Amino acid sequence: MIKTVISTELPVDEHLLIRKNSISSGSGKKRICIVTGTHGDELEGQYICYRIGSILQEHPECLDGTVEIYPALNPLGIDSITRGIPSFDLDMNRIFPGDPMGSMAENTAYNIIEDLKGADLVLDIHSSNIFLYEVPQVRINQLTADRLVPLARYLNLDFLWVHEAATVLEATLAYSLNALNTPTLVVEMGVGMRITMSYGDQLVGGILNLMRHLGVWTGDVPEPPAGHRTILSTKGTVEFINASASGVFIPLIRQSNEVEAGQSIGRIVDPLRGVVLQEVAVDRPGFVFTIRAYPVVYEGSLLARVYREDKA
Amino acid sequence: MKRERLFVMPSPFRDEFRIHGFRFGSGKKSLAVVGAMRGDELQQQFVCSRLVHTLQDLEERGELMPGHEVLVIPSANPFAMNIGKRFWAMDNTDINRMFPGYALGETTQRIAAALFEHLQGYEFGVQLASYYLAGDFIPHVRMMHTGYEDVELAQGFGLPYTLVRNPLPIDTTTLNYNWQIWETQAFSVYAGHTGVIDVATADDSLSAILRFMALHGIIRYRSHPGYYSQVVQEEELINVKACRAGIMYCLCKPDDIVRRHQRLASILDPYDGSVRWEVRAPADGTVFFMQTRPLVLENSMLFRLIAS
Repeated sequence: MIKTVISTELPVDEHLLIRKNSISSGSGKKRICIVTGTHGDELEGQYICYRIGSILQEHPECLDGTVEIYPALNPLGIDSITRGIPSFDLDMNRIFPGDPMGSMAENTAYNIIEDLKGADLVLDIHSSNIFLYEVPQVRINQLTADRLVPLARYLNLDFLWVHEAATVLEATLAYSLNALNTPTLVVEMGVGMRITMSYGDQLVGGILNLMRHLGVWTGDVPEPPAGHRTILSTKGTVEFINASASGVFIPLIRQSNEVEAGQSIGRIVDPLRGVVLQEVAVDRPGFVFTIRAYPVVYEGSLLARVYREDKA
Repeated sequence: MKRERLFVMPSPFRDEFRIHGFRFGSGKKSLAVVGAMRGDELQQQFVCSRLVHTLQDLEERGELMPGHEVLVIPSANPFAMNIGKRFWAMDNTDINRMFPGYALGETTQRIAAALFEHLQGYEFGVQLASYYLAGDFIPHVRMMHTGYEDVELAQGFGLPYTLVRNPLPIDTTTLNYNWQIWETQAFSVYAGHTGVIDVATADDSLSAILRFMALHGIIRYRSHPGYYSQVVQEEELINVKACRAGIMYCLCKPDDIVRRHQRLASILDPYDGSVRWEVRAPADGTVFFMQTRPLVLENSMLFRLIAS
């Protein structure tokens, strides 16, 4: 059933509509929410919403509970290829839990929280931005790791990144919901403005697996590929590799690569002069879970994130 | 005055990115002033450029008091201003959400780190700031409540109001917040407008900074004593929101004194011009903030009032 969660009048003959598809079956009381589209340039979650909605509608007999699908928390942003809410300065994922007395965006954030809180699980699906390509991964604030890592493992993604807490992240949707005792997992995968079907299929399988674990799905669950393993970041360290030169980055690997010490992962070149400005190599072996997707870089632009298990 | 290049970064396709500072006097690091950190902070840059001009003049007249060093950075983001963008042109990140910065981090983190290195250690810090909602303010000084702030000092600007804000998580990465944490008394001066230059309110902001400098013995300058600044806690402001969307036909302006139930604006149907909603003051007060976009969305903030 399609429900309108938020309807806000726009100046000329239109409403801003945030909608969800609420699919229920059986007698189970559990509610799982799949949300995406907070950032208007992140589209990977659209495929997930479509696939999960389609599977549940094809096999309602296997569902015991409620799954609610929110494809677009920021519909105006998605429609205008704008990362944030058009005409609003702040990142939508930095204004939660919102404010019923605040501006339109803050009021929207508040009502989104009101609608999601109390769910048995929320999956908040992101796809980095247009600049970076990410392996399918779950990001978990270390403050909630004990509770969320066991759940995240059922998603069968490639990487679980338990990151440090930061004050500025306290205004995210996930932080706000977890603070309200609504377990919320943040998935990052792929790249902005694109859909990577293989990653999408991997996550759809993981969501069904997690639903089965929670007792709301009794249907088939695709098995992860033979030899697949999920790397948990707490056994090692994450290194950020940033550009030392401004130019054009040419990647020499794809993401999800195991790299050797000294291996070149890309180079920054100067198209005007036809020279290499920086050879980008890793000094120790590791797992590249983020790689630059947008070629133009400035000094400091993030080129890669590498996970190492050696606790350097 | 010394004009210094504080930060230089090559660009793949544009001229070098440069941040310039203007240093006056020597001795105790008394005051640092930052102008436009965003590309649409035209009023802020204008005030800063006038400040540099005035300080040059005072220096030539020997009215810059010895023993004080003053640093003025009119623009930290000329790349955005030159192409009409608000944030960092490449990735739309906000330099004023990157403090204290990280010299080995992403581009705008590096710019923030370089700026902060130059801005640390001053007794007073002034940022000419803009608000995240488009609109006009009564010129005022804003401080964050961090436990380090001294509200009485802010009243030395002689602007009509001093606003104290409890920081939200997103505020912890601004220059103002980090200045205070690093023991600089930090003030944000809101020069009324963003995206336009209004000479009258720019003059008020310039006078406020000069008044503050004179009060603390940094310059010799005779000016109007200014206002006895009223301290307002941000949570005390009365928000007036749009119950309907449409064309906003405004009937008041910042600094107007309004009465309860007084009509502040009408929201008109954009097709037939009929009145969709009369926006009325919920209490007696003074218009502190007014949004300036002609089209308004439902639930958008239209006015913020200081209760009488």
